[in-house]
Amino acid sequence: MKISKTLIASAVLAASISALQVQAADVPAGVVLADKQELVRGGGSEPATLDPQKIEGTPGSIRSKDLFEGLYNQDGDGNQIPGVATSYDVNADNTQYTFHLRKDAKWSNGEPVTAEDFVFAFTRSVDPATASPYAWFMEIPSIVNASKIIAGEAEPSTLGVKALDDYTFQVTLERPVPYFVKMTSHQNMFPVPKKVVEKWGDDWTKPEHMVSNGAYKMDEWIVNEKMVFTRNQHYWNDAKTVINKVTYLPIESPNAELKRFQAGQMDLSYELPNDHYKQLLRDIPDEVVVTPKLGTYYYQFNTTKAPYNDVRVRKALSYAIDRDVITKYVTGVGEIPAYSFTPEVVNDFNPETPDYATWSQKERNEKAQALLEEAGFDKSNPLSFKLLYNTNENHKKIAIAIASMWKKTLGVQVTLENQEWKTYLETKKHQQFDVARAGWIGDYNEASTMLDLLTTTHGNNDGKYSNANYDKLLHDARTMQNPAENYNKAEEIAIEQDMAVAPIYQYTEKRLVKSYLGGYMPNPEDNVYVRDMYIIKH
Amino acid sequence: MFTFISKRILEAIPTLLVLITISFFLMHAAPGSPFSSERALPAEVLANINAKYHLDEPVINQYFYYLGGLLQGDLGPSFRYKDFTINELIAQSFPVSAEIGIWSFLVALILGVGCGIIAALRQNSWIDYSVMAFANLGIVLPNFVLAPLCILFFSIYNHWLPPGGWNGGAWPYLIMPVIAMSTSYIAQIARITRGSMIETMHSNFIRTAHAKGLPKHRIIFQHALRPTMLPVISYLGPAFVGIVTGSVIVDVYFGTGGIGQHFINGALNRDYSMVMGVTILVGTLTILFNAVVDILYAVIDPKIRY
Repeated sequence: MKISKTLIASAVLAASISALQVQAADVPAGVVLADKQELVRGGGSEPATLDPQKIEGTPGSIRSKDLFEGLYNQDGDGNQIPGVATSYDVNADNTQYTFHLRKDAKWSNGEPVTAEDFVFAFTRSVDPATASPYAWFMEIPSIVNASKIIAGEAEPSTLGVKALDDYTFQVTLERPVPYFVKMTSHQNMFPVPKKVVEKWGDDWTKPEHMVSNGAYKMDEWIVNEKMVFTRNQHYWNDAKTVINKVTYLPIESPNAELKRFQAGQMDLSYELPNDHYKQLLRDIPDEVVVTPKLGTYYYQFNTTKAPYNDVRVRKALSYAIDRDVITKYVTGVGEIPAYSFTPEVVNDFNPETPDYATWSQKERNEKAQALLEEAGFDKSNPLSFKLLYNTNENHKKIAIAIASMWKKTLGVQVTLENQEWKTYLETKKHQQFDVARAGWIGDYNEASTMLDLLTTTHGNNDGKYSNANYDKLLHDARTMQNPAENYNKAEEIAIEQDMAVAPIYQYTEKRLVKSYLGGYMPNPEDNVYVRDMYIIKH
Repeated sequence: MFTFISKRILEAIPTLLVLITISFFLMHAAPGSPFSSERALPAEVLANINAKYHLDEPVINQYFYYLGGLLQGDLGPSFRYKDFTINELIAQSFPVSAEIGIWSFLVALILGVGCGIIAALRQNSWIDYSVMAFANLGIVLPNFVLAPLCILFFSIYNHWLPPGGWNGGAWPYLIMPVIAMSTSYIAQIARITRGSMIETMHSNFIRTAHAKGLPKHRIIFQHALRPTMLPVISYLGPAFVGIVTGSVIVDVYFGTGGIGQHFINGALNRDYSMVMGVTILVGTLTILFNAVVDILYAVIDPKIRY
């Protein structure tokens, strides 16, 4: 990531950055636009809320990016570009960021977006009374007092955020966090209209009350049918926005969504059914768009339980998974086989290839057999366990394939156990499993979004993997300007040495995009903005 | 009749209470909570959420809070859709399902009874066989197969109808959901009507009517139809409730935004108040329409007296 590196390198006193390009719909010369600029998008399931500080999950997140705008946005490669902030200064020890807000940024009711709105939003996020499921997001960059406020040990007003004047917003961190600015593209750091929220309380997100500062504003919200946004005439870059109306359809079934797309009632899908991928590639190759995503699909071992506390067993099971077969024949939608925990697509860090990734599958299988035998399991005493996954066709296919690989190579007896989502979460949380399917999509584009997951105290370390050296590497990485070396060592410990989890593949984002839709720029964090898009005459 | 109706209403109250109680405790016994999510919430945050929804109190207290709200017509806030209350969500989705349902019901009733009568009167003819073949097909063909087939035919191969959406119930959006919803009911009603009609046509009073030399249409419409309808009506009561409270399949495939989806998602999301809301709705309607069936029985069958 070039830009952020330059930023950090030049972050001496008051390194003011303002020459960055501002994205909006960049319609290439010669392209004739359609008369009707209305976009229909698949939106996944119905979002639980549209309150930026309460959103969790992709469906809410993608919609919020059209309604709201944070300090910085992202371009097609995931680089930071100015949003409400035009530039920022950072102090010598990289702990104090002063953002300069644009004076023409307005809420959809015409009022200016001020630094006070950001102070309000940031404070609101950590205030336990808001009960934000993403409150922890403010702890990651170590905003002063965030952790204490979340734990109820300090007043929300003591958070390290300040409005120096209407258009200058300052954030103070407890320690330097090089990727802080990147995090401002996340909805949890979006501003909310202080006056409106104070007036309506929890009801401020109702279509009739909601006021937003993004390129669009809420027009209609019918749960499970549609959500309609129209142009926010007060948006500072409205002149460069092309699409007038965006309709999000909450369709959970990829098959149902595909039908809408095929019938011409949808321009951009949320996902596509894996089973139809090959056929779609044949029929409409130009409209199938697959891009890498910041996330890893993996199997988790319950390290609190024998024999999964034995590294030999964990390694044997991991080695025996033929990841090429899984990604080519079982999932088959361009997924990348994963041997490291951090996906390659992450910014500023390229995980070194672990040794076992360079072996042939035959070599891996032989090592696996030897290791399992060493651990005391053989044909007369076969290892047998339950493989837990949440109910889903794809997880099931993968589980069947891997179970048969284990059986064939290692003689392991696997019982598949599927549970619906909430039960599955509960089972994992209480370590009532042997081996479980898991997946993680990064929350910000930096390796710690993945690697932190395997630290001893992380709330999602359901396998209870614990290694003091690993914890220390990640702890130290937090204040390092270039933590890549620590991340490599961490990968080496957790995967190569301990095989805390068995990485299987790196996720991809797969969508159907009509060929007449221009300006769709997917990036690893899926920060896609409709204001960048346009519909070509067709 | 008046005493009968008031008796039924009085009976309905304890029935509903039992229903509410059992559903409430069953729902709360399911593993996980509405707020268990992949990422563990900070303790303080979780405590605040739990306090907001009274989840930090014993279940029995929560039960009485719920009953208290219910007495004032408040079905509570949704645990899942944080920007809405259950009253709002049901008010938004039930009319959609009811509209699809009422049309489907009418279509099912007219076609079902019509086909059943024709098949019965032409027993063992090709008409009978084709009606019964259709009926069997309608019963075995689940709507999760029928719905995508409809979309393929009407929307993708031929651009006749929109593949989904609701648009305030404009008729092109209504046709496929009604087809998907009514087919199995048409089939069931046709079978029941046929069987009942055949039985009636063999009974003594019809034989007498024939002997008296009454014209056939009078025998059918004046004498045979009423007793034929009795089993059909007892099927229609619960069927009506099922049909107007929507179907998850119709909602999922056609994206109509009806109440059907709330049944499934409510349970999966542990949206306690949503599950309770739809259970109470379906329970009330079931009790109501069973009573309507009983009243219709009395109207149709002179032997029944309440």
